[in-house]
Order: sequence, then C-alpha cells, then structure tokens
Amino acid sequence: MDFQGDANLKATELRLGLPGTLNEPAKQSPPSKSSKRASLEIYDESSSKKRETSSSDVDDRDSTAPPTKAQIVGWPPIRSYRKNTLQPKKHDADALGTFIKVSMDGAPYLRKIDLKQYKSYPELLKALEIMFNFSIGDCSERDYYMGSEYAPTYEDKDGDWMLVGDVPWNMFISSCKRLRIMRGQEARGLTCL
Amino acid sequence: MDPKRARESPESAVLSRPSAFPDEVLERILSLLDTHKDRSSASLVSKAWYHAERWSRARVFIGNCYSVSAEILVRRFPNIRSVTLKGKPRFSDFNLVPQNWGADIHSWLLVFAEHYPSLEELRLKRMTVTDQSLEFLALKFPNFKSLSLLSCDGFSTDGLSAIATHCRNLTELDIQENGIDDISGNWLNCFPDNFTSLEVLNFASLNSEVNFDSLERLVTRCNLLRILKVNKTITLDQLQRLLVRAPWLTELGTGSFIQELTPRQYADLETSFKGCRNLQTLSGLSEATALYLPALYPACANLTFLNLSYAALQSEELARLLAYCAHLRRLWVLDTVEDKGLEAVGQNCPLLEELRVFPSDPFDEEIVHGVTELGFLAVSYGCRKLRYVLYFCRQMTNAAVATIVRNCPDFTHFRLCIMNPGQPDYLTREPMDEAFGAVVKNCPKLQRLAVSGLLTDLTFEYIGTFAKNLETLSVAFAGSSDLGMQCVLEGCPKLRKLEIRDCPFGNKALLSGLEKYESMRSLWMSACKITMNGCRLLARKMPRLNVEVMKDEESNDGQSYKVYVYRSVAGPRRDAPPFVLTL
Repeated sequence: MDFQGDANLKATELRLGLPGTLNEPAKQSPPSKSSKRASLEIYDESSSKKRETSSSDVDDRDSTAPPTKAQIVGWPPIRSYRKNTLQPKKHDADALGTFIKVSMDGAPYLRKIDLKQYKSYPELLKALEIMFNFSIGDCSERDYYMGSEYAPTYEDKDGDWMLVGDVPWNMFISSCKRLRIMRGQEARGLTCL
Repeated sequence: MDPKRARESPESAVLSRPSAFPDEVLERILSLLDTHKDRSSASLVSKAWYHAERWSRARVFIGNCYSVSAEILVRRFPNIRSVTLKGKPRFSDFNLVPQNWGADIHSWLLVFAEHYPSLEELRLKRMTVTDQSLEFLALKFPNFKSLSLLSCDGFSTDGLSAIATHCRNLTELDIQENGIDDISGNWLNCFPDNFTSLEVLNFASLNSEVNFDSLERLVTRCNLLRILKVNKTITLDQLQRLLVRAPWLTELGTGSFIQELTPRQYADLETSFKGCRNLQTLSGLSEATALYLPALYPACANLTFLNLSYAALQSEELARLLAYCAHLRRLWVLDTVEDKGLEAVGQNCPLLEELRVFPSDPFDEEIVHGVTELGFLAVSYGCRKLRYVLYFCRQMTNAAVATIVRNCPDFTHFRLCIMNPGQPDYLTREPMDEAFGAVVKNCPKLQRLAVSGLLTDLTFEYIGTFAKNLETLSVAFAGSSDLGMQCVLEGCPKLRKLEIRDCPFGNKALLSGLEKYESMRSLWMSACKITMNGCRLLARKMPRLNVEVMKDEESNDGQSYKVYVYRSVAGPRRDAPPFVLTL
C-alpha cells in the first residue's frame, strides 16, 4: 500500500531531508511494502551479520515517522460506529473543560461545578459554602480565610495543590483542574501563611 | 399428511431398514436437535433422516447470503420460523468494501412472504436493509416477533417506525452498530398503546433523542421486558425511573452516566440499582466517572458480562468497580484503563473467560498511552480460564505472549492487534513470529486467530503445522512470500474463513488453495500481489466457486485487486453491481 499517493500527505509528511528536497521514499517512508519485504528477506537468512543489518534497517524505519493511521484505510480494524462514537469525545472534553470535581474532607461524595458560571472568587466561594453547607469566613486580600477551619485548595495544571485566591480569576479558571476543601489541622496550616 | 411427503416416503422406505421409525417419530426426535452442526450431520445419515430433518427444521443459519438462494432454501426447508443471514465480507466493517456491493435482504423477503408467511425471527449481520424492506417485513409477516440488525446499512429510523407500528407480536427489537440514517427518535412513539409483548429492546447505538414519556410507558406496560439498552440521550434520573419500572431486567444498557444529581437523586439511583437483582449484563455507561459509578455497585453481584467499551474509565475507577464483580465472565473495556486497570482485572475476576480491550484513540500517535504487554500478562496470571481475547495495543513482545498462553492454554479466540502495521517485538526488535508460534503450539483448541506486527512466513509455517482446529484467520501487513499463505491452506484442515490484506501473497499462493476453497466459507484478499490472470485461472479451474474481483481504489499502481472467493450452490450472483466482476 503506497501511502504517498495523496498530494496532501506529502506536504505534512515528516522526513529526514531538508524541506523542499525530493524524497528518498524507500528509506524514509513508513512501512511501504518494498522496503519491508527487503528487510524481511534479510531476516530469512540465518547469518547473524545480516541480522544486525536488518535490525538496524528496522530501527531506521521506526525512527522515521510512520504514516498516521488515518491514512491507511480500515486500519486499525474497528467498526465505523465505534470510530464515530469515540472520536468526538475529544471535543466534548474540551467543551466541558470547565466542569471540575470538588471534594470536601469528610464529605461522603464529590460534586462537580462549572467554573464558567462564576465571575469572581467570592461568587465561587459562596456557591461552595451553599453546596457543602459550611462557612469559609471572609476572604480578604491579606488574611485568607481567617476564622475558618476550612481552606479551599485546587490542583493546577502542573499537579500542584495551591491555595485558592492567589492568582487573578481568569488565570485560576484556566489552570484549575479540581478543587478540594481542606479541613482541620492541614487547613489551619495554610491559613496561617 | 402433505401429499408431497407421502410421495417421498416410499423412496425412503426402500433405502432404510424395514423396521425404521415412522417419519413422524423421527421428525419429533430430530426436532430436538438444536445446533446447526448437529442438524447438518443428521441430514447426511440417510434419505429418511435428510427429509425428517428438513421438515422439522425451524431455524436456519446462513453464514454467507450468496452461498445459497432463497429459492433453494425454501425448497429444502418448508417450515422455517427463524432466519439468520450474514452478508458482506467482514472487512466491509472497515470500509474496504464499496457502497452498494449487495447483500440486500429484499429479494429474500419477497420469497419468504410467499413461503414462510409465519416467519417469526430475522437476524441480519452486514446486510443492506432499506426502509422499504422493513415496512414490507412489518406488513407481510403477521407473526413476526424478533428483529436483530447488526452492522447493517441502508435504513433509517423511519423503517423502525414501520416495525413498531405494525408488528403486533414483536418481542425483540435489537439495533446494533448500524450505518443508519438517524432521523429522529419518533419511532419509539409508534408502538401502540395496547402493545405489551416486548421482551428485548436495544437502541443504544441510535443517537437521536426519544420521547422519555413514551419510553417509560412502554417499559411499564411491557412486563416481560428483560433486556433494555437505551441510548445516550437518556439521563441518569430518567434511567432511575425506568429501573423502578423494570427491576427484573437481566441485561441493562444505560444511557449517559454523567449528570448533576442532587443527593436525593443519587440516593434514588442507588436504591434502584439495588433493586436490580437479576442483572447479568451491563453496558452503556458513556461518560461514566468515579462520581456515580458507585451507584452501580449493588447491581454487580450477579454480573457475568460487563461492557465498558464506550466508557472511558481510568484504572482506579475500573479497579473499584471490579471489586464488586467477582462473577464476571466477559469484560469489554477501553484502553483508557491502562495496564493498571488490567492488573485489577487479573486480581478481581478469576472466572473471566473473555476480555476485549478496544483503543480509545486509535489514530493518535503523539501520546503514548493505552495498554501494553504488561496488562495482558497481568490478566493471564489472574484469569486462567481465559479463552477469548481481543487486544488492541501499541507494543508487544514475543516473550509476553509466550507466557500468556502458558498461563491460559484454553484459548479458542486469540485476536491481537498491534496497531502500528509491521511493528516488531519492541524489546528485541525481532519479528513477532515466535509469539504466534507459541499461541498455536500451546492452544490446541484455537478456532479463531488474528495476527499483527512484523511477521515472516515462519508465523504461517507455525500456523499450518500446529493450528489444527483453526477455522478463522485474519492477516494484515504480514508474511514474506507465497509460502506463508500456502502453509496455512495446506496445513489447517478446518479452515473456513481466511481474510488477508496488504500481504505479499500472489497468484501462486492463491492457486495453491484450489482444492481447499470449496471446503471453506470464503476467502478475502486485498492489496496483495494477485493479478487478474490468477483470478481467472482460479475461476476456470473451480467452476463451483464464485470468484469476484473489485478494483482496489486505494492502491496506486492500478493493478491491485480485492478478491472475494466463496463456494455457492446458487451460481454467480445476479445482483452484482458494475464494479464487481464475477469471473
């Protein structure tokens, strides 16, 4: 199966040569039949020396970009229905990107909220207070959550747990992956920062 | 007694012993035979048995709709109530067969209307079914009960409306993974108010929204309903209301499993699942997350089949769920569960017999994820009774497969798909020959095999030497020469279906199977090294085979063909489209 038939493929094909140079299809193209069979014939010889050559052929081939599977008709072999059902999932995930999980220490189950619905920290905190039926106290710029045994924290894109309120709101909603309302000793430690 | 039969008895009396059973008794006995294989064997014993069997047969299975004609069918079997038909070659599922290829059910229905007016059941796979056909079916067969359409195409939800409207005795409507025109969910409203016979309803693969009130009323009045699989438009709280109406379901396919539930709604959902004590099969669960999966736990105790292949679960979510599913025999998952999830499978499901791992992102090569040989290994250590596996992965090793089949020697179906074509053992860089060699050497019961990865002729030598029970073989991007295919054709006595794509097998290989193809259901070869002359020679030498050739649109050299060879008692087909050349 020749993957280079389509002109569009050529434009996006990853190659080892300089852009603009015409290709050396046998080496760089992905498992095209001819090169594959050539190396396989080498495999059939039992000589170890040839084996080394052939394995390096294989390595070379693997180090170049194989064709994307979308270019091979009917491969991998999954039914159209399954393909069409799962592919859109990516877009759905993006669209739902602002739904995040919220957990509170001691609560039996988690909740989910849509960050897009809130325009500021006080709004968000108020909603959390109602949702979990607790009080977080006043949030002022210097004395975060004083007088409360709860501290709202969030996990950011890097996987670090941060105290809610440090960064501008827009930055917060774009980097927040999940929320956790901490409680007790741990929380007090944070609020004394 | 029917005069036709009276005419036949003297003949059978001559050939059989004088003290033989009366026909009626023989028929009664043979009517107890269930499987098609047994019935076929019985029909070969003697003329008396042949006739007794054909009069008593109620269910017929036709694996290739072109192997026999409707006329021949009704002549041999006068009393059929149930017909199962498979149409297009399996590779049509992967877009390798052009549209309008054939396998249209309509001509069969016309014959059935005349000869099987009491037809009750029709199960179709990879057939073309139009709305017109569905309407014909609904109107012409007053006893019609059971319709199952899997991987079919050509109809729309309007056709389903006709079925719902006119089939007063319908017990089963099973619509799965078809290429259909999903116009609306109105078909569900077409079941009459006094319609109560439904036992099986599966519309999970339809996308348009159905009227929930209609559905709820339908479920309420059909108190024999045991299998219900809804589609994604049904929400969790709607599902809860359905479960309350039908707690005795044995198979459930949920709708979307994502929704903002109040604590009260969640508690109700959990209670409803607790009430489902008979659940053996669970599927659907699209967009399921850790949030609501626990509601399911009480319903899992008797589960034998869990289909999570449309639910992108993470490994922990799966692990927690499986802790409740100790009796699982069949499990389908997405590779989002990763190796860690499969470890949980090995730890929690000792009775597992079937595992299918589907790729969630088959076309994405940027991200490295999914499952590897480690997950498969983990399952094999914990699930020694494994006999059916379908495994999509991005890396595999010969050593892993060898260990896996040592752990699980009872494999009957081994379908391994290493998604990058021609990929070698990723550790040793060697071909995957030894992996499949191990499979055929260690698994004497192997019936179905799908191979992948970098493979030389050695793989096929192994198959031909050891796979003596092999019936179905799928090959892609593999082999080095004609010898490979020859080994299989010469060495596998029970081979029935062989499908090959993108392999270096040519005319010599094709013709080496001359003697073989009449004992097989079919052969498919595409993007191989077959030429027109080879096909013509085959057709000339084997006149009882249908040799159909299509030009391979995807190939560039203009010389590549798609060849479909099958045995038939009906001769070349009369409905072949212009792009199919029958030689």
